[in-house]
Amino acid sequence: MDKSVKYLIIGNSAGGIGAAEAIRQVDSQGSLAIVSDEPYPAYSRPMISDYLAGKCTLEKMLFRPAGFYESNNIITLFDSPVQRLDVSGRIAQLRSGEQISWEKLLLATGGSPIVPRIKGKRSKGIFTFTTLDDARKIDQYLKNNQVSEVVVIGGGLIGVSAAEALVKRGLKVTIVEMKDRILNVMLDSEASALEAGALTRAGVNIRTGRTVEEVNSYAGETVASVTLDNSGVIPCEMVIVAIGVRPRAELAAGAGIQVDRGIVVDRRMATSIPEVYACGDVAEAYDFVYRQRRLTPIWPNAYQGGMVAGANMAGKPAEYQGGTAMNSLKYFGLDILSAGMPDAVDGCEAISGAGDGYYHKVVLRDGVVVGMIFAGNIEKAGIVYSLMRKGVRVERFKQALVAADFGLASLPGEIWRPRLERPAVGVVSAVTAVEAPEEFEGAD
Amino acid sequence: MKRVYINPDVCLGCGLCEVFCKVSHSRSRDLVKAFKKETPRPVARIRVERRAPVSFAVQCRHCAEPLCVYSCLTGALRKEPNGVVTVDAERCIGCWTCILACHVGAIRQDKEQGKIAKCDLCQGLDMPACVANCPNESLAFVEVQESVSGNGSGDGLALTVREA
Ligand SMILES: Cc1cc2nc3c(=O)[nH]c(=O)nc-3n(C[C@H](O)[C@H](O)[C@H](O)COP(=O)(O)OP(=O)(O)OC[C@H]3O[C@@H](n4cnc5c(N)ncnc54)[C@H](O)[C@@H]3O)c2cc1C
Repeated sequence: MDKSVKYLIIGNSAGGIGAAEAIRQVDSQGSLAIVSDEPYPAYSRPMISDYLAGKCTLEKMLFRPAGFYESNNIITLFDSPVQRLDVSGRIAQLRSGEQISWEKLLLATGGSPIVPRIKGKRSKGIFTFTTLDDARKIDQYLKNNQVSEVVVIGGGLIGVSAAEALVKRGLKVTIVEMKDRILNVMLDSEASALEAGALTRAGVNIRTGRTVEEVNSYAGETVASVTLDNSGVIPCEMVIVAIGVRPRAELAAGAGIQVDRGIVVDRRMATSIPEVYACGDVAEAYDFVYRQRRLTPIWPNAYQGGMVAGANMAGKPAEYQGGTAMNSLKYFGLDILSAGMPDAVDGCEAISGAGDGYYHKVVLRDGVVVGMIFAGNIEKAGIVYSLMRKGVRVERFKQALVAADFGLASLPGEIWRPRLERPAVGVVSAVTAVEAPEEFEGAD
Repeated sequence: MKRVYINPDVCLGCGLCEVFCKVSHSRSRDLVKAFKKETPRPVARIRVERRAPVSFAVQCRHCAEPLCVYSCLTGALRKEPNGVVTVDAERCIGCWTCILACHVGAIRQDKEQGKIAKCDLCQGLDMPACVANCPNESLAFVEVQESVSGNGSGDGLALTVREA
C-alpha cells in the first residue's frame, strides 16, 4: 500500500534518530516515517564488537528504549530497502514495490564496507563487520566450524574492534595493515605504538606495511590461509575484511543529487536538491579542522548532523557548526582519545608531553588547536577539545595543555570562570546571542 | 533549572565536596563504610582543581545543549525533562566518548565498573551533598534562567538553532 508522509527518513541509525528527535521537538504531529533495510530498531553500531565478544544482547544495544517509535509517533518500515528515488515527484520506491511520497527527505544511509580485489574472496569464512547481522553471521560461523585463527584485513577502528572481540572469543588473531601503523587515521606514531603494544600483549599479531593478495581455501571451499604481498602465508580459518567504509550514496547519485566522495551538504545539511537533506557517514559535511567538507564517519557527528537536518526539515533554522573526527579507543584497557589532525602538517606545530602512564599531544595551527591525542590519563581531554572547537588561541599557555596535571585551572580565568560561576544578574537574559559566543580570544 | 554554581574566590580547596559526593553516591551512605568497605568503591562526581592560589570544584554543568548526550554511542546519556543530564548505568559501556565532549572535564571514569560517573545533582535530596557540605559556601545551588549561551549552555553548541 502506498503512503504519503511529511517527513521521510531513510536510515535508522545515529543520523536518522538524531533527525527524528529534532523533528519531534519542533513538530509533534507531522507524519514521520523511518525506513531501513536492517530488521532491527536502532542499535548502537559500535557495540557489534561487544555482541560478537558475547558481552551483550541486542536488547542491551538498543539506542533508544523500547516504545521509542510508538511514543514519538514514528511509522517504521524495517527490513525495507529503498531502491530508487524520484526527487521531482518526491517518491521513494521500496523493493517491496511500495511507494512512499514525502515533503521532506533525509538520507542517512551510512556507509558500506569496502571489499578490495583479492583473489579467492568467494571462499567460505570471509566476512565484513559493520552490521549486527555481520556479527551474527560471524558468531554462527564460529559455532559451526573449527576456527582457531583469524586474519583481519585492515587496522582501522573497525578492524581493531573486530580483533578485540575475536581475541575475547579465544581466537588467535592477526591484523594485516597496509600502512606503517595501525589506526593511522586517528593516531600519531607514538600513540599507535602504545595501542599496538596493548594489542600485542593481548596476543594479537600485527603485520604492518603488508596487504593480503590472496585468500587460499581447501578445495575452493573454506578459508585455509592468506598470502601476503611478500608471499608470506598466514594460516587461518576465517578472514574479516575491514579496510574501511564508503558512503552509501548510490541512491542519491542515481537521483541526480550532488555527490562528491559523499553526498554534498551545506551547513544546514541540505543537499543540492530542495527539501532533501543528508547526514552521517553518507554525507560530506563541514569539518572545522580542515575548514572544508569532509567525510567524518563517526557516530557523534552522524547524530548531531541529523539533529541539524531534522530541525531544518521541521522549519526551525539550524546550522551545523562543523564536526571533525573525534574518537575514543579503549582496547584491552588502554584509553586513548583523539580528535582532528594526529600529526603536524604544513606549518602546524606539535607539542607533546609524556610520563608514567600518559601521553598528551596537541597540534596547533596559527596558535589554535587543530589536533589532539590524550592517552592514559584522559579525564580532562574534553577541555582541550572544547578549545579546539571554539578556535581559542592557546599560544600563551600551550605547554600546560600537555602537562600531566592539566586541568581547567591551567587556563586563564577568562576561560574557566564563565563555565563555572553564576552568571551576573541581568546578564543572563541579555545573553541570547545567535552565534556561539567567542568567550575568549587570547591576548597575544 | 537549578544548578550548582561555583565561587572560586572563597573555595578553600578542602575537598570535602568530593568526600560528601562519594558518600552520597555510595550504597551505605555512611562515610566510614563508603570509604573503607564498599566494593565497587564509590567515585566522586565532583573534582577539586587546585593551582595556588586558585582552587575550585568542577562538576557537570547540565548544559542546555549537552554535547555529551549528543555524542553518546549507546543512548545511555540523556537530558531529562527537568534539565538534569543523567546516565543510565545499565547502558553505559564506558567508551569515554562523552569525556572528549565535555568542556569542563566533569565526567569521571569509574574504571572498576567500566562506566562513567557523573553528577546527578543528588536527585531525591533537597540540595546536592557537595553544596550542603561546603564549609565556606563556595558552592551554591540556585535557579538561573536558561539561556542558549553563557554558563550552562554548553560549550560552543553542536548546532546553533535559530529561533524562527
Ligand atoms: C565495528 C564498528 C565500530 C565503530 N566504532 C565507533 C566508535 O567507537 N566511535 C564512533 O564514533 N563511531 C564508531 N563507528 C562508526 C559509527 O558506527 C558510524 O559513524 C555511525 O553508525 C554512522 O551513522 P549513520 O546514521 O550515518 O549510518 P549507519 O549507522 O551506517 O546507518 C545507516 C542505515 O541506513 C540503512 N540504509 C542504507 N541504505 C538504505 C536503503 N537504500 N534503504 C533502506 N535502508 C538503507 C542501513 O542499512 C543502515 O541501517 C563504528 C562502526 C563500526 C562498524
